[in-house]
Parts: sequence; structure tokens; C-alpha cells
Amino acid sequence: MVSTLDLSRWQFGITTVYHFIFVPLTIGLSLFVACLQTAWLVKKDPAYLRLTRFFGKLFLVNFAVGVVTGIVQEFQFGMNWSAYSRFVGDVFGAPLAMEALLAFFMESTFLGLWIFGWNKLSPRLHLATIWLAAIGTSLSAYFILAANAWMQHPVGYTISPVTHRAQLTSIVALLTNSTALAAWPHVFFASFLITGGVVIAVAAWHLIRPRAASAADTAIFRRVLRAGLGITLAAAVATAVTGDIQARLMDSQQPMKMAAAEALYNTESPASFSLFTIGSLNGDQELWSVRVPYLLSLIATLDPHGTVQGINNVERAYVKKYGPGDYKPIIPVTYWSFRLMIGMGALAGLLALAGLWLTRRRRALPRSAWFYRTAIWAVVLPYLGTTSGWIFTEMGRQPWTVFGVLTTRDSVSPGVTPSSVIISMTVFTLLYGVLAAIATKVAFRQVAGGLPDETEHAGDQPLPVFTY
Amino acid sequence: MSLAAFWFLLIAVLWTGYFILEGFDFGVGILLPFLGRDNADRRLMINAIGPLWDGNEVWLLTAGGATFAAFPLWYASMFSGFYLALLIILVALIVRGVCFEFRGKVDSPRWRDSWDVAIFLGSAIPALLWGVAFANIVRGVPLNSAHVYTGNLLTLLNWYGLLGGLTTLLLFALHGAIFLSLKTDGPLRPRARALAVRIAAAAIPVATAFLVVTQVRHGKPWTDISATLAAAALIGAVVAARRGREGRAFLGTAVTLALAVATLFGDLYPRVLPSSTRAAFSLTVANASSSHYTLTVMTWVALVFTPVVLAYQGWTYWVFRKRLTRSDVGETSGTGTPALERQP
Repeated sequence: MVSTLDLSRWQFGITTVYHFIFVPLTIGLSLFVACLQTAWLVKKDPAYLRLTRFFGKLFLVNFAVGVVTGIVQEFQFGMNWSAYSRFVGDVFGAPLAMEALLAFFMESTFLGLWIFGWNKLSPRLHLATIWLAAIGTSLSAYFILAANAWMQHPVGYTISPVTHRAQLTSIVALLTNSTALAAWPHVFFASFLITGGVVIAVAAWHLIRPRAASAADTAIFRRVLRAGLGITLAAAVATAVTGDIQARLMDSQQPMKMAAAEALYNTESPASFSLFTIGSLNGDQELWSVRVPYLLSLIATLDPHGTVQGINNVERAYVKKYGPGDYKPIIPVTYWSFRLMIGMGALAGLLALAGLWLTRRRRALPRSAWFYRTAIWAVVLPYLGTTSGWIFTEMGRQPWTVFGVLTTRDSVSPGVTPSSVIISMTVFTLLYGVLAAIATKVAFRQVAGGLPDETEHAGDQPLPVFTY
Repeated sequence: MSLAAFWFLLIAVLWTGYFILEGFDFGVGILLPFLGRDNADRRLMINAIGPLWDGNEVWLLTAGGATFAAFPLWYASMFSGFYLALLIILVALIVRGVCFEFRGKVDSPRWRDSWDVAIFLGSAIPALLWGVAFANIVRGVPLNSAHVYTGNLLTLLNWYGLLGGLTTLLLFALHGAIFLSLKTDGPLRPRARALAVRIAAAAIPVATAFLVVTQVRHGKPWTDISATLAAAALIGAVVAARRGREGRAFLGTAVTLALAVATLFGDLYPRVLPSSTRAAFSLTVANASSSHYTLTVMTWVALVFTPVVLAYQGWTYWVFRKRLTRSDVGETSGTGTPALERQP
């Protein structure tokens, strides 16, 4: 019989990975649309208004799925992880409640104002609503990452001798956790990696179509394509730099995760970085690998000869500290997800660089269909990268939910039966599958519709732009 | 008042806000198949709550977050205990949330009809289940010595729980009908008002029965007063609706919901989740709350930011105060495809 623990872990994994398909595009596209609308207001070029509305509609489709799947996330802690919630609620509940009060209200309320306020608010005030919604979105991400950072690197708490539960001692420490301060920019820039990818794909899809509307629209989509390529390249560099900062924090805060990322079994100095390894499944035997000397030492410690601790060494130290047990995550999962994360991000960045080079001449666009096909399909790369990144960071923390404090095994709801979780997991998986199909269909229609007419918004009696 | 008692009050306020605000948009969703005679009517109804429903739903998320932060043991026992009931609510809220966004995006009657059914179910099911949940919380649920729920989904579907569910379902439908009579103009407005009076014929006896049973079983002197006032406000709302005083009628149903929530939370206090197994296993304001430090921090956050949230959400309601008509959703004549639904 499968256990409630395993089922709950799978359900949390499925629902969280799915939720995070939509979150980064919400973060990136809200700011992108806010910038487009600002450009329209400043330059008075109607092309910007048309783009604002075009990407705005796409943003709303994505936002809707992100919001509804986010409710599940908040409820799941109590439903499936009630032992965890009891133990850490005093600490972990605070950033979640703050997210709702400070960020989520802002995001939802001002987005409602933006969607329906086109003809009710002055242009400047209306512009302010999309900026506030976008800021709310990024702020929301910070609170969630602060909560997650506490699980990776618990700070500002004590274990109460009376209740034997975690108790907050410093909200400032919690909100300025070095892990959170490093994670937020990484997630923020990775969001733009996805946004850039989507913008590129949408523009390329329109440029490859021979019937692609007017020459004016083609010129607009060419600029959009270039913008998407620029965003992707910049985001790839920024994501790599912030990821590098995180790697060093991880090496000092969670040495097991660093070792597991590299499947480094024994301490090495200097340590090489393996690009690919073919080995036995549990990774303890290496058959063939491509290695870059000194690189792992450099990533983890900034010193090419620095020492990187191996899994076995960390394991011995943990057994001494936390008592007998197995403190290793599933090594093949951490090893490959770490590589996939870096590889996909780097590939997206390199393709964007190539794209910028190929489109460097004004007016002349590449003729080859392969250019556009690559531009469209490359959208999956950043999605695979962010998904792998979360799988790595969460699986790499195992067997802990709160590193060094509470294990995943001890976090699960004691009163929930496996059959209940089988029901909920099946329902969520099917529902999310159907939702993905419908959202994709609706999003494709929005994209295929092309740039909306700016005249729809002009005249004495302008029609509401976004009604349901 | 202790900080924990203050947070109990604050969570009661959050649920009150949620029931009043999401209550009317649930109501509009429930009435969609009954009041919306054609697509223009239905679009008018959906657009009446369009800018508001998402902000309304955040009251629930804030109530959930506040419970997690201030009463982790309450949050843990309730959410894991009501597992399958919450699953059904989550599915309903997910479906309903995307409905509004997706419905108008494809111009096909079949597409829209499917979403209309989904909006109805997505609104009616949570409207019913929140009542079931709260009735059961007041009644007490089987909790063992570790505060772990030992019942199942059927435990919650007792007659008192279902009476509570029927009460919220009818009250939200009534509240939604009155909201539509207040927020729209044209042929829908008198129809919504007339339907409100008909719903009231069921809502008044059901809600009164629920409040009477609640007070007889779990009542306190002061909640007897709030329950009586809730019933009086309900009757007042219906009288106002009959006389065409839509603003007063809406105020009446809002006050009814607020007093009903106050009655339930008042009956509950100082417990937060009573155990029907043994009174000593109950979760209370004292034994379920967070530490003094966390409550202090959260109190400051709430005191500073709640007024800000109320101000901008109130402003949203002010911006969208105008009554909507069929022409607002692009319908000029009675037939034909509305201009906005034509896809390029």
C-alpha cells in the first residue's frame, strides 16, 4: 500500500510545478505590459497601445490559471502537511499571511481596475493600476520565497521548550534571510527568461506567416522579436549571475545539496565540474564523464583550489549532528535537475544571442523557416529550466522540509488516509490537465488574433476593451 | 483583550468580509442560469462582478493566511480534517475562476453554455459547503487528544451541517439577486428584484431555523441578540427589496451575513474548533494560538495595512459604482451577436 507521505509528496510536486508554469510569466509579463503601456503614454505611438492590449490579453489568460492554482498551494500546507503546519505555523504562517494582505490584495484589486478601468480612469491613473498590480506580483513572490528560504535555511526562530514547536524570534531576520535575498533576484530574472521566450515565440509565429497582416504589423513584430531576444539574453546573464551567488550560499548553508548537485561523493580540492556523467543509477560509480577542472571549486567557493565537501563526508557529519539516519537526497534527481536547469538557461541565452546576430540588419529578416521554428520551439527551454530549478532546490533539501529541524516524514498529516490523497491527486491532475488544454487553446486564439485595432479604443464612445 | 482574542476577532472580520463580498458574486453565479435569459443578460451579470470578484476572493486567502499565522493548530486540524470537503471547494473555485476569463474568449454558444454551467456549479457548491463547514465547526467535530480529526466527509454531512449549508446557499443567492438589482439597469433589474423576493420566501424560514437551532444548542445571551437582529435585518432587506429600495435591501443582506457570522463566531468563542469526542480535546483561542511575538508582529502588520487595503478596495467599488446595462456589454438591440464577442 502506498503511504500518505509518498502520495502527498507527489501531489505537492505536481501541483507546485504546475503552479510555477504560470507564475513566472505573470511576474514578467505584468511588468512587460506595464512598460508597453508606459511607452504608449510617453511616445503616443499607437503601436504600443496595440501591443499593450495584445500582450495584456495573453497575460490575463495566464494570470487566471496562476491565481486559481495558487489557492491550492495555500490550502495544501494544512490539508496534506498538517504536522508541518502545527510545528512551523508560528514562523511560516507570518510571511504567508503578509503575502495575502500586502501583495495579493494589491495584485487582484488593481488588476481588476486595470482590466475594467480603461474608460473610467484617467490614462495616468490607469497606467498606475498595472504598475501596482505588477509590483504586487513581484512582492508576492518575495514573501513566498522568504517562506521557502526559511525551509532551506531557518533563521530568526527558536524551538519552544514548552510547546516543542518552532517559534518566531525575529521577523526582520526572517524577511532578510540571505537565502531569500539571493533567491528572489534569481527567480525574478528567470521569470524574464520565460517572458522573453514567450515574446519571441509569439513574434516569430506572426512573422513566419506569409499572410501576416500589413507591412506595418510585420515591422512591429520585428521590433517585438528583437525586444524578446534582448530580454532573454539579459535575463539569461542575470539568472546565471544570481544563480552563482546562490550556489556559494548553498555550499555554506546546505553542503549536502551542493554535493548532491554534483554527485560528488568524496571531498575534493580542487573539485572539477562534470558536464555529463554516465554512471550507475545511484551515482556512486562513474563509467564515463566530461569534466571541467577546477570549475566546481570556483562555483562553490570562488577559489579554483577551494574544497568542496563530498556526500559521504557530509553524511558522516550529519549523522554525528542529527543522529543515525540517511540524509542524502535522491542523487540522480538532484544531479540531472541541476544540469538541466543550467543547461536550458544557458541554451536559451545562447540562442537569443544568435537570434540578435541574425536579426541585426534593419528591415531584413531571416528567410529560413528554421530560424522561426527554432524561435517558436525554444520557448520550452526556459520552462524546463525553471521547473528543473525548483525540482532541484526542493529535492536537494530532502529528507528535510525545514533543513536540520523537521523531516518530510514527520511533516505529513496524521489523520489523512492514502485513499483521500489518491482522490485529490487524481482530481488535481485531471483538472490541471484539462485546464492546460483549455488555457493553451484560448492563448493560441489570442495570439492568432494578431494585433488589435487601435481604433476600437478611439472615438467619442469607446468600447470597453476588456470585458468578460 | 488578549492578542489571541484580538486575532480571533480579526479572523471573524475576515470571514464576514468574505461572506459579504464573495457572497454576492457567488449569488450572481448561482443565478446566472435563472436570471440570464440570453447571452447579453449573462454577460451583463458576469461583468457586474467582473472587476470585483477576484479582490473579493482574496478575503478568503487572507482569512486562511491569518489562521495559519495566528492559530497554526486550528489551521492544521481544520484543513487536514475537512480534507475532501476543501478539495471540492478548491475544485469549484478553480473552475469558477477560469470561467470568467475563458468564457468570452471563444465565440460559440456551446462553449459559453458549458462555462455557464461551470460558473453555476463553481458558485453554488462553495456557497453550500462553507455553510456546512461553519455549522460543523460550531457543532464540534471528532478530534482526538492530539487534535487530529477522526471523522470523514460524511461526518460533516449531518442534518445540522446541511441546514447551515442551505442557509448560506440561499442567503448568497438572495444577496446576489439584490446586488444585481442594485448594479444593473434595464429589464434585468426588476427581474432580479422579483427573484430576490421569491428566494426570500425560502431563505427566511431556512435561515431562521438554522439560527434558532444554533442558539438553542450553542447559544449565549449576547449571540441571541445578534441572531435575532440578523433575522430582523433579513426581513428588513426583503421588505426594502419589495419596495424597490435596492440600496437598503443590499445593506440589509450584508448586515444579515455580518450578524450571522458574528453569531457563529460568538457561539464558538473561546473555542476555535470544539471536539465532539471530548470537550478537553477542543482547540481554543489559548491552546491553538501562535506565540506572543508572532501575534504582536502580525497585529502591527494588520493595523497598518488593513486600512490601506480597505481604502483601495473601497475605491474600486466607487470607480465601478455605475449601473451596467445591456449596451455596456456591447448589446444594442435584443438580438444578434454583440460587437465585442466577434472574434477577429
